[in-house]
Amino acid sequence: MSMNLEDRLNENPELKKQFDELDVYIDEKASQQGSLINVMHRAQEIFGYLPDDVLYYVAKRLNVPRSTVYGVVTFYHFFSRVPKGRHTVSVCLGTACYVRGGSTVYDRVMKTLGIKAGETSQDRRFTLDLVRCVGACGLAPVVVIDKDTYGRMTPDKVVTLLNKYA
Amino acid sequence: METRMLNVKINGRDYQVPDGTTILRAAREYAKIDVPTLCYLEGISEEGACAICVVEIKGARNLQRACLTKVSEGMEVWTNTSRVREARKLNVELLLANHPKDCLTCERSQNCDLRELASELGVREVEFPRTRTEWLPVDNTSLSLVRDPNKCVLCRRCVNVCAKVQSVYAIDIMGRGSNSTVSTFLDEGLGNVECVNCGQCLLVCPTGAITERSEIPDVWKALGDPDKVVVVETAPAVRVAIGEEFGMPDGTQATGKMAAALRSLGFDEVFDTDFSADLTIMEEGFELIGRIKNGGVLPLITSCSPGWVKFAETFFPKVLDHVSTCKSPQQMFGTVTKTYWAEKMGIDPRKIVVVSVMPCTAKKFEKERPEMKTAFHYWQEKLGLKDEEAFKDVDCVLTTREAAKMIREAGIDFASLPDEDFDKPLGESTGAGVIFGATGGVMEAALRTAYEVMTKKSLAKLDFEDVRGLEGIKSADIDIDGTILKVAVANGLGNARVLMEQVQKGESPYHFIEIMCCPGGCLGGGGQPISDNPDIKKKRAEAIYREDAGKPIRKSHENPEIKKIYKDFLGEPNSEKAHHLLHTEYCDRSCE
Ligand code: SF4
Ligand code: SF4
Ligand code: SF4
Ligand code: FES
Ligand code: FES
Repeated sequence: MSMNLEDRLNENPELKKQFDELDVYIDEKASQQGSLINVMHRAQEIFGYLPDDVLYYVAKRLNVPRSTVYGVVTFYHFFSRVPKGRHTVSVCLGTACYVRGGSTVYDRVMKTLGIKAGETSQDRRFTLDLVRCVGACGLAPVVVIDKDTYGRMTPDKVVTLLNKYA
Repeated sequence: METRMLNVKINGRDYQVPDGTTILRAAREYAKIDVPTLCYLEGISEEGACAICVVEIKGARNLQRACLTKVSEGMEVWTNTSRVREARKLNVELLLANHPKDCLTCERSQNCDLRELASELGVREVEFPRTRTEWLPVDNTSLSLVRDPNKCVLCRRCVNVCAKVQSVYAIDIMGRGSNSTVSTFLDEGLGNVECVNCGQCLLVCPTGAITERSEIPDVWKALGDPDKVVVVETAPAVRVAIGEEFGMPDGTQATGKMAAALRSLGFDEVFDTDFSADLTIMEEGFELIGRIKNGGVLPLITSCSPGWVKFAETFFPKVLDHVSTCKSPQQMFGTVTKTYWAEKMGIDPRKIVVVSVMPCTAKKFEKERPEMKTAFHYWQEKLGLKDEEAFKDVDCVLTTREAAKMIREAGIDFASLPDEDFDKPLGESTGAGVIFGATGGVMEAALRTAYEVMTKKSLAKLDFEDVRGLEGIKSADIDIDGTILKVAVANGLGNARVLMEQVQKGESPYHFIEIMCCPGGCLGGGGQPISDNPDIKKKRAEAIYREDAGKPIRKSHENPEIKKIYKDFLGEPNSEKAHHLLHTEYCDRSCE
C-alpha cells in the first residue's frame, strides 16, 4: 500500500499537495501528546474525509499502530471514511421538530437528493445527516446547511433552499 | 518501607490486607472467597470491562467492581448478597443478548468461561432482545485462526495480550458502544495485517470467539485413504501438555501414551519432530560456528518459531540477515520425510502425507508459505513433475488440542494406553531435541553441540542453568575454552522487540540469540491445551527437563540417526545439499 501510494502521489500533484500539507502539520505537532486525534482532524479538513491511504500514512508517520488509528477513527462520529459532499444538510428530528413536521421535511430531502442519512449524493454536492435537536426548537422544524440554520421549514421550502447551494 | 495493613470485613469476617490490594485479591487470597470474573487477566488486562465481579460495599450506593476497587481502612464488603447475584446475572444476560448461544456445536463448550458463568449464576433464559439485526461476519482470512465476533464479549483480553505481551497490535476495539467489535486495521482481517498467528489471543479468550483453523477433517480424510502413507511428527512441547486434555495431572510426561494413541488413530509411521530438532541444531550450530570463524553477521538469531519469523519480517525487515537461514524443525522434518525417507523406503513422495502435531497455531501459516515446497523441487526433475503437481513439505498441522480431539473422537482411552516408542528412523532423538519445547532450550541444545564441536572436548556438565527458566529475557557468558560467547534468550515478542531494537541500532552485545514467539517458549504456544493453572508453564517446563534428563543421549551430534542422515544423504552440516533442503529465505513484510 505505501509503495504504490508514492507512485500515485507522483502521478497526482493535487493529492501530493494535500499530503504535503498534512506533513507540515505533522512536523509541527507530531511530538505533542494526544496528537493522533489532532492530526486526524487536520487530515479530515485537508482531504474532506479520511481515505484509507491517509490512515495508513498517519500511522507510519506518527509511529502508532495502524489498529490504534483505525480504532480512533471508528470511535469518533465526526471522523468520516467516506467522501463528504461540498455541503452538509442536517435535518433535525428532535422532539419539537418532529411534532411539527420534521419528518415530512426529511422525506422530501431524501427524495430530492436520492440519498439517506449518512450518504453523499452522486454529484458530491450534499451529504445528508440526521440530528436530534440543535437548540433552535422555537424555529421548528429546523434544517442546518453547513453553518447556517433555517427555521419553519416545509417540504417545498426546503427544495427551494437546496437549489441555492451549488 | 513497610506496607500499611488495613482492616477489612469480607462477608462479615475480619481480615488484614496490605494497602493497595484490590477487593478481588483480598477476597481470593486472604478470605479464600471466590468472586467471579470474566474480563480480568492479572497484569495484562485489568480494564474493568465486564462488571461481572461486582460486590456490595457498606455505605456505597452503587455496586463496585472488585477487580478495580482497592480496599480501604474499615471497608465492609459483601460478595454474595442477592443484589450482587442479581446484578451479575443481569450482566451475563446482557452479554448473551446478541450471542448465538450455540454451545452444542461450539469449540469451547468444555471450557468456556461465559457458559460456566451463565450456569453458575443460574441464567435460564435471556430476556433481552437482540440489538444487532444481523450476524457479524466471521473473520476467515487467517491461515491459523478464525474469529467469530458474534461470540465475543468485548472483554479486551485478546487486544491487551496482542499489544502488551506480543507488541504486535494487530487488533483493537473498533467502533463504539454496542456497535463495537474487536477487529483489525480497516477490518481487513487477521490474515491481511501484521498478526503473526501466535494464538496467544486464543489462549486468553474466555469464549469461543477465537479458534484455530481446524485441519481435523483433512487428517481424517488422509487416514482413510488406502493409497496414502500418512506420517505424523510431534513437537517437543506436545508430549508434556497433551495429558491435560485427558485429565492427567499438569506436567505429566505423556510421550509413550501419545505415540500409542497416534498409532491407534491409524498413522502409518509415528515419528518425532525432536529428530529434526537435532538436525536443526547441527545446521544452526554449524552456521553459528561458521559466522564466528568467518566474521559473518552476528548476533545470529534462531529461526525455529514461525511467529517470531513473521514478526521479524514485519517489524525488523532491515536486519533479517541476522536470522538463521535454517528452516524450523517442522519444515525440516517434512522435507527430510519426503526426500531422504521416501528415497530410502522407495515410496513415491506424492503418496506421503506429513501431519505435524504442534503446540502452535503459527505453524499452520508456516506450512503454507510458498517457498516450503523443497521436496517437490528435489523430485521435480527426477520424476518429471509438472509445476501444477507441486506438493507441500508438510501437509497438515494439528494443534495439541486438535490431536487430543481426534483421539477422543476415536474413542481412545488415552490415560490407560500402554507406553509405546516412536518408529525408526525419524523417531530417534536426544534430550537436546526435547528441550526445544522450553524457552532457552534451543540455546542450550546448540551450546552442547557448539562447545563440543569447537573444542573437540566433552562437556563436563550438560545443563546450562543460566538460560533456563521463564524470565522474559535471559543472558549468559559462556566460556568455550577461553573464548567468551555472549548469548541471550527472549520469549514473548515484547521481549524479542527489546533485543531486536539493540540489533537494529547495531548495539547488540551478543553473538547468539534465541527468540521464541510465545511466553515460555513452545510449551506456552497458542495450540496448547487451555489451562486455568497459573503455574502451568512451570509444570510443563519441569516435565521437559525431566524428559531430557532421562534420555540416554542428550547431545544432537550424538544422535545415531543424525550421523546416518549426514553420512548417507546430506554430506556435511551446511553442505550444499543441506542448504538446499534445510535452509530457507525471508521476505520484507513491512508493507502488508
Ligand atoms: S462461546 Fe461459550 S457460551 Fe458461546 S456458544 Fe461457545 S460455549 Fe456457548
Ligand atoms: S495471533 Fe498473536 S499476533 Fe495475531 S492477533 Fe492474536 S495475539 Fe495478536
Ligand atoms: S475475542 Fe475473546 S478475548 Fe477478545 S475481546 Fe472478544 S471475548 Fe474477549
Ligand atoms: S428539536 Fe429540532 S431544534 Fe430542538
Ligand atoms: S472482572 Fe471485573 S470488571 Fe470484568
